[in-house]
Amino acid sequence: MSILNILMEILIAVLILIGAGFTFLGSVGLVRLRDFYERLHTPTKATTLGVGSLLIASAVFFSWQEPGWSFHEVLVAVFLFITAPVSAHLMAKAALHLREHGETSLPTETTLAKHDGEAAISLGAEQARQNGLSARAQGEGAIPEARR
Amino acid sequence: MKQLLPHPILTLMLLGLWLLLVNSVSPGQILLGAVLAWSIPLYTARFWTAQIKVRRPFLLLRLAGTILYDILVANVAVAILIVGPRERIRPAFIRMPLRLQGNVGVSLLANIITLTPGTLSASLSPDRSELIIHALQGDDPDAIIDDIRKRYEQPLLDALEQLELKRGVLGADAEPPHGAESAEPSKPQ
Repeated sequence: MSILNILMEILIAVLILIGAGFTFLGSVGLVRLRDFYERLHTPTKATTLGVGSLLIASAVFFSWQEPGWSFHEVLVAVFLFITAPVSAHLMAKAALHLREHGETSLPTETTLAKHDGEAAISLGAEQARQNGLSARAQGEGAIPEARR
Repeated sequence: MKQLLPHPILTLMLLGLWLLLVNSVSPGQILLGAVLAWSIPLYTARFWTAQIKVRRPFLLLRLAGTILYDILVANVAVAILIVGPRERIRPAFIRMPLRLQGNVGVSLLANIITLTPGTLSASLSPDRSELIIHALQGDDPDAIIDDIRKRYEQPLLDALEQLELKRGVLGADAEPPHGAESAEPSKPQ
């Protein structure tokens, strides 16, 4: 085994250890942090640096061991970096919404029918917007009724 | 030209994506990728209601470098926060007025804020003028806003330009900025 092989193995091992370490810290964060919003922070950490260094390790290993380069991993990173923040954003948004409005009941049959009709007919931008606003205003009015 | 190649950036990205996916740069794959990258934007042209113009590509590259560096530094900082005593974590919601307009720019900024650990974009006002950020260490909200402004928002403002395309049925709801739904950032690129 040549010096180069040993160096490559050390490099890959270090990268894998860093990745595993940060993924582990992300999980520790889930346990230690106190509320929902704080806990949302830790998965982004695990996906960025944790998965990031695991992917670099994978690219280095397969480019070294097998003929040709291996850059699949870039795609994994790109898709992860695009989708992870979107899901975190949606969860935070849903949590904020629940905190502000509480659990609301399901929309009534009439509001659902209105939205159906709206989607079926393609209206001009301004008209569609006004319809959306009025449908929503009526929908808000309908909620207390449904609660009774 | 405009008709044949409606979204040059999308075409380049698709070609790159294809070559990464097949993991090869043989002439055959480049040809196949080029055909796909040319035809998919044509076929899906009606979905894109806005076109992005990159005025300064090198600024975007530098921004990518800044983000990678910040991810590294912030990850270590947050790791120390998590392992350290809990009293040191003082979370806070921060309201950040946005100067950036256009859904691509805003969604990029929101994504960047979430990717850098320690801050999380939580909600966007319906008229896209304000972003609510949750910070793990929110003692000094002004410093955080200032940091985001200088490091991420300004380069995005300088580098991107969004042109609205009015086209077909989908073009009709290509936002007047006070759209009916609270605009969830979509990811057109």
